[in-house]
Amino acid sequence: MSEPITLTVNGIAYPVDVASSRNLLSVIRTEVGLTGTKEGCDDCECGACMVLLDGQPVNSCSYLAVQAQGRAITTIEGVMDGEQLHPMQRNLLDEGGVQCGFCTPGMIMSATALLERTPSPTDEEIRIGLSGNLCRCTGYAKIIAAVRRTADELAG
Amino acid sequence: MLIATTLDDALIAVGAGVRPIAGGSDLVVGARHGKAPLPERLVAIDRIAELCSVDEHHGALVIGACVSHHVIEGHPLIGTRWSALADASALVGSPATRHVGTLGGNVMNGSPAMDTGAPLVVLGATAELRSTRGTRHLSMAELWLAPSRTAASPDELCTSIHLPARPDRSGSAYVRLEYRRAMEIAVVGAAASVVLADDGSVAHVVVALTAVAPTILAVDGIDHLAGSSVADVAAAVAAAAAEQARPISDLRASDRYRRHCIGVMARRAVEAAARRATGEVIAIPVNRALGIGAAS
Repeated sequence: MSEPITLTVNGIAYPVDVASSRNLLSVIRTEVGLTGTKEGCDDCECGACMVLLDGQPVNSCSYLAVQAQGRAITTIEGVMDGEQLHPMQRNLLDEGGVQCGFCTPGMIMSATALLERTPSPTDEEIRIGLSGNLCRCTGYAKIIAAVRRTADELAG
Repeated sequence: MLIATTLDDALIAVGAGVRPIAGGSDLVVGARHGKAPLPERLVAIDRIAELCSVDEHHGALVIGACVSHHVIEGHPLIGTRWSALADASALVGSPATRHVGTLGGNVMNGSPAMDTGAPLVVLGATAELRSTRGTRHLSMAELWLAPSRTAASPDELCTSIHLPARPDRSGSAYVRLEYRRAMEIAVVGAAASVVLADDGSVAHVVVALTAVAPTILAVDGIDHLAGSSVADVAAAVAAAAAEQARPISDLRASDRYRRHCIGVMARRAVEAAARRATGEVIAIPVNRALGIGAAS
């Protein structure tokens, strides 16, 4: 049974017709058409599907799309400022924190949520903030360095 | 899906057989794993304001069923006075899991491996269940019947968890054995609540165990330890925990390993709770502060 709902993704309202059992990830990728958010484990373990719901990180693979009505959804496509990369994106590139890149959108969503609530995190807080995101390429050190550099930059 | 904004709307829906959903993590992931199909009719209860608040009344605490682990782990009052619960919520899943996962969901899912269960037992918590027929309060022992089975009727909604006021010179802690530091489920875990006498001996101790029985297991027969030193109580509790545990073997651990480790965890929980009872501040969660569980 499908129902008409409106999802607000990156500030834009998308009217969609979805079955109540559909997860937010599949609706974002298929109906909304934004494919930056990835499906990894599809089991809440890897964090590739991370989006922000009212600014908080959520595994979109395990969250029902109909439950996201009325919430502000932010995906990786929503973090850039016009044509300017978000500092977290630029620093991941500069630090070499991207290899295959599959985990990167989710990492960036978790990192931006962390820096929003904890602008000057300790390294331990960065590790905890990224603890729901798995990366099989980098070994994490360069990702953590990129978050540290972004925090320092944003602190000015 | 009905998105309820008032408790009355939610209770009417649940009374009519509609299944409540808060964060949905247990329901959605469980459906994918074939535990139970996703119910066709759902009512979202996570936007009902009175289910989302933490309120203190005369030293006691009422935590709304939809309060998230994220809120609990960072709540200053819970962290200082009902510390074991904050220790547990801080260990759940990942930041995303803790934002979505709720205390009420954790309680009603009824897993014997739930991290918040043993703390709720030692803190003397009761669950408030409401329906259009009325309201009742059950202790945790009355609520949990078996893995994933509670005493709640299908038309009842868990609306809040009540924690009684904490005595002076008391402390509590929850520790768990884990193989990794995030997205982990307790191999075994233990919570303790300790009240110290003026001479530093233990005046009262309560201990409960995680993942060693079909439901959270309260350790019996330790009342007589009152008057003993913390070290003696910790040792006796460790022996009692290992003896009373009824663990199973599964992919996370053998029954023998669980039985051995539950004694270690029970001892550490008592020691940490006693240190907090002296006024010492041990950061939330104890596992990280004291290097228990997975290595850094």
